[in-house]
Amino acid sequence: MSKSVLLKSSLAKKYWMALTGLFLCLFLVGHLLGNLQLFMSGEEGKRAFNEYAYFMQHNPFIKILSYLTYASIIFHAIDGYLLAVQNKKARPVGYAANKPSANSSAASRNMAVLGTVILVFIVTHMANFWAKMHFDKMPLHSMTKTVEVPVGQDPMTGEVIKKPIEITYYLTTKGEYKEQVYKDPSSGQKQEVFDVKDETFFIDKNSGLKLGEGYKDLHSLTYAFFGQDRSEVGYKANEYALIAVIAYVISMLVLAFHLSHGFASAFQSLGLRHPAYTRLIKGFGQAFSIVIPLAFAAIPVYIYLTK
Amino acid sequence: MASKYININLKIWRQKNANSKGEMKTYKLDQVSTDSSFLEMLDQLNEQLINNREEPVAFDHDCREGICGMCSLYINGRAHGPDNAITTCQLHMRKFKDGDTIYVEPWRAKAFPVIKDLVVDRSAFDRIQQAGGFVSVNTSGRTMDANAIPIAKIDADKAFEAAICIGCGACVASCKNASAMLFVSAKVSQLALLPQGKVEAKERVMNMVRQMDEEGFGNCTNTGACSVECPKEISLDNIARMNREYMKAMVTAE
Amino acid sequence: MSVLDSKIPEGHISQKWTDYKNHLKLVAPNNRPKIDVIVVGTGLAGASAAASLGEMGYNVKAFCFQDSPRRAHSIAAQGGINAAKNYQNDGDSIFRLFYDTIKGGDYRAREANVHRLAEVSGNIIDQCVAQGVPFAREYGGLLDNRSFGGTQVQRTFYAAGQTGQQLLLGAYSAISRQIGLGRVKMYNRHEMLDIVKVDGKARGIIARNLITGAIERHSGHAVIIATGGYGNVYFLSTNAMGSNVTAAWKIHKQGAYFANPCYVQIHPTCIPVHGTNQSKLTLMSESLRNSGRIWVPKKKEDAEAIRAGKMKPTQIAEEDRDYYLERRYPAFGNLVPRDVASRAAKERCDAGFGIEANDTNEGVYLDFSSEIKSKGKQAAYAQGIHNATEEQIIALGKKWVEEKYGNLFQMYEKITDENPYELPMKIYPAVHYTMGGVWVDYNLQSTIPGCFVAGEANFSDHGANRLGASALMQGLADGYFVLPYTVSDYLANEIRTGQIPTNTPEFDEAEKRVKDTINQFLNNNGSRSVDHFHKKLGLIMWNKVGMGRNEQGLKEAIAEIDQLRAEFYKDVYVPGSADELNPELEKALRVADFMELGQLMAMDALQRKESCGGHFREEYQDAEGETLRDDENFKFVGAWEYKGSDINQSQLHKEELNYEFIKIAARNYK
Ligand SMILES: Cc1cc2nc3c(=O)[nH]c(=O)nc-3n(C[C@H](O)[C@H](O)[C@H](O)COP(=O)(O)OP(=O)(O)OC[C@H]3O[C@@H](n4cnc5c(N)ncnc54)[C@H](O)[C@@H]3O)c2cc1C
Ligand code: HEM
Ligand code: SF4
Ligand code: FES
Repeated sequence: MSKSVLLKSSLAKKYWMALTGLFLCLFLVGHLLGNLQLFMSGEEGKRAFNEYAYFMQHNPFIKILSYLTYASIIFHAIDGYLLAVQNKKARPVGYAANKPSANSSAASRNMAVLGTVILVFIVTHMANFWAKMHFDKMPLHSMTKTVEVPVGQDPMTGEVIKKPIEITYYLTTKGEYKEQVYKDPSSGQKQEVFDVKDETFFIDKNSGLKLGEGYKDLHSLTYAFFGQDRSEVGYKANEYALIAVIAYVISMLVLAFHLSHGFASAFQSLGLRHPAYTRLIKGFGQAFSIVIPLAFAAIPVYIYLTK
Repeated sequence: MASKYININLKIWRQKNANSKGEMKTYKLDQVSTDSSFLEMLDQLNEQLINNREEPVAFDHDCREGICGMCSLYINGRAHGPDNAITTCQLHMRKFKDGDTIYVEPWRAKAFPVIKDLVVDRSAFDRIQQAGGFVSVNTSGRTMDANAIPIAKIDADKAFEAAICIGCGACVASCKNASAMLFVSAKVSQLALLPQGKVEAKERVMNMVRQMDEEGFGNCTNTGACSVECPKEISLDNIARMNREYMKAMVTAE
Repeated sequence: MSVLDSKIPEGHISQKWTDYKNHLKLVAPNNRPKIDVIVVGTGLAGASAAASLGEMGYNVKAFCFQDSPRRAHSIAAQGGINAAKNYQNDGDSIFRLFYDTIKGGDYRAREANVHRLAEVSGNIIDQCVAQGVPFAREYGGLLDNRSFGGTQVQRTFYAAGQTGQQLLLGAYSAISRQIGLGRVKMYNRHEMLDIVKVDGKARGIIARNLITGAIERHSGHAVIIATGGYGNVYFLSTNAMGSNVTAAWKIHKQGAYFANPCYVQIHPTCIPVHGTNQSKLTLMSESLRNSGRIWVPKKKEDAEAIRAGKMKPTQIAEEDRDYYLERRYPAFGNLVPRDVASRAAKERCDAGFGIEANDTNEGVYLDFSSEIKSKGKQAAYAQGIHNATEEQIIALGKKWVEEKYGNLFQMYEKITDENPYELPMKIYPAVHYTMGGVWVDYNLQSTIPGCFVAGEANFSDHGANRLGASALMQGLADGYFVLPYTVSDYLANEIRTGQIPTNTPEFDEAEKRVKDTINQFLNNNGSRSVDHFHKKLGLIMWNKVGMGRNEQGLKEAIAEIDQLRAEFYKDVYVPGSADELNPELEKALRVADFMELGQLMAMDALQRKESCGGHFREEYQDAEGETLRDDENFKFVGAWEYKGSDINQSQLHKEELNYEFIKIAARNYK
């Protein structure tokens, strides 16, 4: 099989488009399943989500998948533009009167435009979350609780005297909460047990030993990004949260259109068409193109509305 | 079907020859019978132009019964005009109303250059056919008996439904990418479905697709416009089949 | 002894072709590439010939005026192609196909040619199936057949209503393969405008490149003309707009005799004329007569009421309908041959029973309601519905009809805006096929040596009337199975000739003839369009050289066309220039030839004082209106020699027809 056919033939280009597109659809499902945990806002939800994010970043199998995903996006986009450019060239002079709505869906005719919006979205999305996660120093998953600590006994009554002390816990990747700071709110006095190094590790103050590793707090980052204040763990509410939410929803709408044509189209490109299944594929594709983006979009909306 | 008469405005692409620039020109035509076919309306316009010593509009046509595939007009934004499953010559003026403005343009595609006015050069289709759209069998009085290989009716029917393509190019004209996939896949499918064609199926699909790409047609985005505008309602099944055939050929090629 | 040598071989009819073929000269494979063959026309006849000759190794140049060989008018044939395969076990045989064709042609065809046609008919089907032509099949996977007019067996192979298309695309694929291999050079959008003879032999053609207007010279060792029929002389016909006689006429003017021009087939089932702007007529396949019943109202009042739009055909009671074909021809009923069915329709309409609201009231009904009911009942029974309601039956029947004729019904509805599942179709005869054509001998060679003529363009196999489904057969027989042998035999003497130069006085002269005519038209500066004259010619032809002819009318026609010709040359206006795509110029050149041909047709009809097949002289009919053939005086092929532009000078040569193997008899379909 010659390489030129694999890459240059119009049909092969579409095979790649379809394969990468379908792979990205699978990715969307996985990504969504993770994201759905964002609907849980308490510590439990936060923990589940951050643990999940950590897992996604560190599991070697997932790593391979993620590289595949990046490659797919890049390849899909490049291939898509190549196709789009060729397609444009195939009709140098257009029609004075044209009524394509009579024969085809708007989505199918604008895949490249829709794809471009998605690409822009993916880039900003990655800048906002993925890059931070990977390259930025960012606060780790922590939690502050106020506990009444016995500080002595009332000599008169013999009652135990308690004092509220704020304890900040860090969640370690072993799954335990480790106390890091004890703080007396009244005096402002603090006692630290360990340092957080490189925004990753916990180093014992005294011995300098590594006590464990923390989770990056993507959950709070996300909540803050979409408008909820998380200053207590180091994330201030995003000033432009509303815009972010709207942009996100629009992007998902665009994705919906892209998929409303793309999903079934990929099967056609691969030659997977049969009277018995085509309706099924089309129906599933329609459902997929609505459900997945809708679910994605619901998350920021939910976060924004529950602030 | 009492016939009526209508008056219409026409906006028609006029272009002297392949090298000159063209433009849309406006004409008025009165007293068009609604029983006339679209091409008969153009005949009437040409008669009027000739009588006024203007140059008549050149357009392709021959059989005028929807089978030769020669007629090829883009009317009011659609290949073969505002109706489905017909050719331009089968379009009748009863589809239009008094006072309508009708746009008439040639097929637009890089692979179909305009020759004059509404006439385009579709020889790219011939070259695709020449690249592999055949069974390599020589004439002889000694080919085996026609009934020697039974062919399941369903396959014969499917092959026939692909084979009725008239090579008009409406699929290319209506595709936003000017893709020739429907045309090519119809021929590939016809021959891939029949035992006689299976022997050289691989070479055929590879060669025809290569030629198709070389001619400068666009790629297939599966918008389905081709099949909707195809006068013979050639099915998208054929495109899927060609995708399969090509993949098979590609991954098993020696 | 006639100057015409038909070269019919000796021997028993069933052995003639085999023996003859065995003794034809051959050209060795290494010599073939040195020989150029020109094929004009790429319909069934031309494409099959060009492909076969290309496969053999000759250098073939093929020409057609459309933008692709795939568009020749063969594509429009709907019904089917005959072959004596006897797959249906209804007693068919080569002899029977031969016999039916001779009889169908009203005993005016050559026995030897027709028998050869029947002999190779089976090979045609084999060849086409091998090419991937998707003929209709039965559930068992074997080929299906239907019956056609004029026969009592089912021998017609078909591909829904698009048989011609499928066969042509088969031939087109074969020629495409040769073009791809470089053995055939294809000249699309080229029109042959003259032939070039050197030392009496056909040596080349002059063709106009229709895009650039360039006048081109092409030389060859043999020229094959396969340019189709001349039905467009009537302006309105079922032929394509571009179908023309020019190539055939030009070779006629250079010495090829033109045979039986008066034999024109008027097809009984076409959509009636509707208005003055009409440009062509549409055929409804003859296969519809298998299922439809033809009738007109019994009462004139009813016919009038229908024409006035006051009554619908469905309101006319069964007993008030005149199924005139079933009445007159009980044995064949609606399946009588075309000429018989056409004349019967004309007879009813002339008598005032026509149902179409056009100028001439010309139209009859083709009614499917009986078939819908009977097939519906069968289908219901087959599905185990024993007490089916009327609606169920009709629905099932319509489904059956749709499966069988769906595309034809749809075509009808698109044109007429009437639903033929509900209302009977309106039909009327229209000009469809021309049995006459260039005279050729058994080798399909014209009276110009080296100039062969095939397909509808020659006069050969159909006598005075062609049976349905046999033109496709003839075209492919000529191209696949006759010409490759006979042309090779001719070319065997040409292996030493070498390439034929085109810079000779003969080419100069032919080119000058062409250029002069073109310039004459372009400089004419008259006031009327070409169509104006063509329509006038058509009207004369239809009225006086049409379905019914008589001496007076024919004489008038000749005189009227004379006048029209003069007017045409004086007053035609051809816009544009010679060096561009110029459809009006193309038409003018064609109409000029049609005018001359029209006169010759009238001459021939005048000369033939009998009625036979498609030629009906009103003076020669019996009391019941059936044709009266005169075998004693007219059992010959009338071949005309061109003698200058005064048609009255044309000279008739007769080729006597000998029936050795078939007993000649009155044609009887009762
Ligand atoms: C509507 C219709 C239905 C029919 N149905 C049937 C049927 O069911 N069964 C049947 O047996 N027969 C049928 N016939 C008849 C049959 O189709 C034709 O007789 C037959 O196909 C003629 O084939 P051909 O090759 O001789 O010519 P055509 O197919 O007409 O081809 C003529 C070729 O010559 C070329 N040409 C013509 N003039 C020139 C020129 N001057 N220069 C260069 N090229 C030229 C054309 O471009 C074309 O390629 C039907 C005919 C019609 C009109
Ligand atoms: C998660 C993101 C994406 C998913 C799930 C996705 C999915 C798909 C699918 C399934 C197809 C159909 C393939 C086919 O017809 O064979 C498709 C087509 C297409 N995609 Fe995407 N896509 C995504 C992102 C993008 C991006 C970022 C671009 C960038 C430019 C893009 C551009 C295109 C184009 C141009 C097509 C049409 C190709 C054609 O048929 O000509 N897509 N996509
Ligand atoms: S596929 Fe349909 S639209 Fe395309 S060339 Fe064939 S008949 Fe015309
Ligand atoms: S003119 Fe032949 S299909 Fe329209």
